[in-house]
Amino acid sequence: MSDPVTSAAAPTGAPATPASAPSPARPAAAAPATNAERAIPGTGTAHRHVLVAVVNNRPGVLNRVANLFRARNFNIESLAVGHTERPDVSRMTITLRGDDVAVEQAAKQLYKLIDVLKVQDVTAEPRIEHELALIKVRATNSTRAEVLKVVELYKGRVVDVAADSVIVEATGTEDEIDALVALVGGFGIKEMVRTGSTVMVRGPQVVEYEGVAK
Amino acid sequence: MTMTTRAPGRHLPGAGTPEASAIEHARAEMLQEAKPRGRTRIGADVVCESLLRQGVDVIFGYPGGVLLPLYDVLGDYPQLRHVLVRHEQGAAHAADGYARVTGQVGVCLATSGPGATNLVTGIANAMLDSVPMVAITGNVAAALLGKDAFQEIDITGITLPMTKHNYLVRDANDLPHVFAEAFHIARTGRPGPVHIDITKDALQQETRAQHPDEETVLAAIPGFRPTYDGHPRQLRLAAKMIDEATRPVILAGHGILLAGASDQLRAFAERAQIPVAHTLLGVGAMDETHPLEYGYMGMHGWKHVNRAIQSADLLIALGMRFDDRVTGKVSTYATGARIIHVDIDPAEIGKNVSVDVPIVGDVGRVLTALTPLVAERRPADRAAYFEQLAAWRRESESRSWHGSGAWRDGLLSADYVVEQIGAAANYDATLVADVGQNQMWVARYGGFRRPDSHLSSGGLGTMGYALPAAMGAAVGRPDKETWAICGDGGFQMTMQQLGTLVQEHIPVKIAVLDNTKLGMIRQWQELIYAGNYHSAHLLGPDYLKLAEAYGIPAFRATTPDEVPTAIAAAQAVDGPALVHFRIADEQNVFPFMPAGKGLSDLIEEWGGADE
Ligand SMILES: Cc1ncc(C[n+]2csc(CCOP(=O)(O)OP(=O)(O)O)c2C)c(N)n1
Ligand SMILES: [Mg+2]
Repeated sequence: MSDPVTSAAAPTGAPATPASAPSPARPAAAAPATNAERAIPGTGTAHRHVLVAVVNNRPGVLNRVANLFRARNFNIESLAVGHTERPDVSRMTITLRGDDVAVEQAAKQLYKLIDVLKVQDVTAEPRIEHELALIKVRATNSTRAEVLKVVELYKGRVVDVAADSVIVEATGTEDEIDALVALVGGFGIKEMVRTGSTVMVRGPQVVEYEGVAK
Repeated sequence: MTMTTRAPGRHLPGAGTPEASAIEHARAEMLQEAKPRGRTRIGADVVCESLLRQGVDVIFGYPGGVLLPLYDVLGDYPQLRHVLVRHEQGAAHAADGYARVTGQVGVCLATSGPGATNLVTGIANAMLDSVPMVAITGNVAAALLGKDAFQEIDITGITLPMTKHNYLVRDANDLPHVFAEAFHIARTGRPGPVHIDITKDALQQETRAQHPDEETVLAAIPGFRPTYDGHPRQLRLAAKMIDEATRPVILAGHGILLAGASDQLRAFAERAQIPVAHTLLGVGAMDETHPLEYGYMGMHGWKHVNRAIQSADLLIALGMRFDDRVTGKVSTYATGARIIHVDIDPAEIGKNVSVDVPIVGDVGRVLTALTPLVAERRPADRAAYFEQLAAWRRESESRSWHGSGAWRDGLLSADYVVEQIGAAANYDATLVADVGQNQMWVARYGGFRRPDSHLSSGGLGTMGYALPAAMGAAVGRPDKETWAICGDGGFQMTMQQLGTLVQEHIPVKIAVLDNTKLGMIRQWQELIYAGNYHSAHLLGPDYLKLAEAYGIPAFRATTPDEVPTAIAAAQAVDGPALVHFRIADEQNVFPFMPAGKGLSDLIEEWGGADE
């Protein structure tokens, strides 16, 4: 019940999950309330969710996923993708905002894509969730030492030095990178790029999926 | 396959590279007319073989440059009937109509560029109504993809959001697998359209690729494993809820028909003694003369049905998706009811309304498992409930039905015309509705007793659907009389298919319900836009002369007594026939639930007069 993706209904692609389980939306035992308004799914309090989607590494799959979110009116905050230990399988980390029902709906819609092998909402899991940022910070002779100090303090790394700027590389949680950005912002940011979060659940647990035949 | 004589020119970016010569070669191929008839096995052969292996006996199509390699070999497969349509939209609708009446995957075929874009409306229609279909298009040679070549369009980009899955095939060796997979996906789980786009060079490429067995196909799509059987715990919960309910209503949708589960529906309803309401696409799921059949729900549904839903304490939704045309304003929808929702598509459950007992599975299999779990009842057990339902029904039917045949302007009453068509065919014909008021009249008054005898464009609401879909339905079920019942507006959208009926000897009977209006538009303008009838009036042709020009016998009825005669005359024709019914100018479909309102806010009359 705590995991919105596997409750309520088994997604198409999930042979391992139970076919259906009681919906958390309304307890089955409660008497129906006459005259009360019927709740509209997806209108609850929105908060940030992190989904892992395991997909076939084929041309066009990223397009299918991105298009689905657009067409279904789901708002993704970030989407990071790369291949896994298997070259024929990619893994996406998708962060989005919505209430539990809306995000569960997004996951179920994802499952309808033939190339999607597994979707898991890891919002409630203990996890490593990091992104990479490259930040080109203004750094003159008079400020460079100070910039370097801040970067060091935040476990960032200077990977390029030019006459009036440095490139800082940082990995960490969204919040950690936000904090670093705020600090070096005072010196002046000339350019920045962030990858969006990539996530892995802590401990021995892994995101299991049915493999593709080679 | 002759190489071009022109040397790789300086015009080509990257001239001299293998890529550039491939492009040059492909361009030369495109210009080249005839292919030497070597009859080695090519990609086009694989297409035909694949179709035959999937049990396809008819394809609805239209040729074009990139498809010529396929049309070049089609004649070698006489088991594959090719119906040459007059517009590709009609090919898709015909495949759709064929699929709905046969339960088989319908197949349509169009060329690249405009042929493919013409197909799009029909594919979208099949998607929204979950109709199994494989749509095949040709595309330019692989080396020209992305170069804005003649008649090149990114058609897989276009069909991506309106198909269950789609493919762009550039290598003939991939064709056997792609076709096997496409048919499997189209017909498995919740059905729907799958699109295969094939480059011209793949169609003419020599290949020895073998057709895969089922196991190989399944192994390649581990992400696609629909759930068929309801979870036992959910079934028990549902049974308990059903046994506790005092005012239960079954909501039967298209899923019942797609799953071929009409018998299971009847057995379940009879055992638990629960009335059956149906959605627009659920019409025909249960014989309308069955005592438990209660009628058509929603925006233009019967008032008694909507009333029963609004006062229910339990809704058992079977293969339907709580579309906005069914629920109206969700916040006021059946507020006293718990909901059991059975659907094979998990994403439909909890999408539009929250549900108390979700059951994912094939609705036929779920009902088979659920029926023995519910307590057996006799009609007497629900006497008070049934009396209430019967009283509501009497009241709403007496308001909606006048039966005189003429409306207050003296012209034909559309409900009467539809009722007469249904009766004349002993309620056994396939009636294909178009979109608009005519569609609502067909659903309400057609009198359906057989599954798959009512076809309608529900999700997309595509005007022009009826005639081409009826074409496919008549080809699929030649044993059944087939009527296309169109408004004058919708008929004029796809009437070019009259030519197909004649050339292909398809005996569709066409009823044009001519109110000289875009009737449904006029109705909304009257009721909601203060009678501002902008663009509602529609000039039509002389329908008899039009039919005559194609050699199609045609008849006209303007008075009630001419109606049965004209219908009988059309039925007597051995082949296609058309009947022009001059119906009332301003008859409205009531009841009517204005957009944004709830099921209890039906408008039943206007200007003091019932319709
Ligand atoms: C392709 C398409 N264009 C526009 C519409 C919007 N529309 C819905 S009903 C309707 C009027 C239909 O008129 P007609 O075919 O004469 O049928 P009637 O309502 O008069 O029975 C229109 C324009 C539509 N459903 N489909
Ligand atoms: Mg009309």
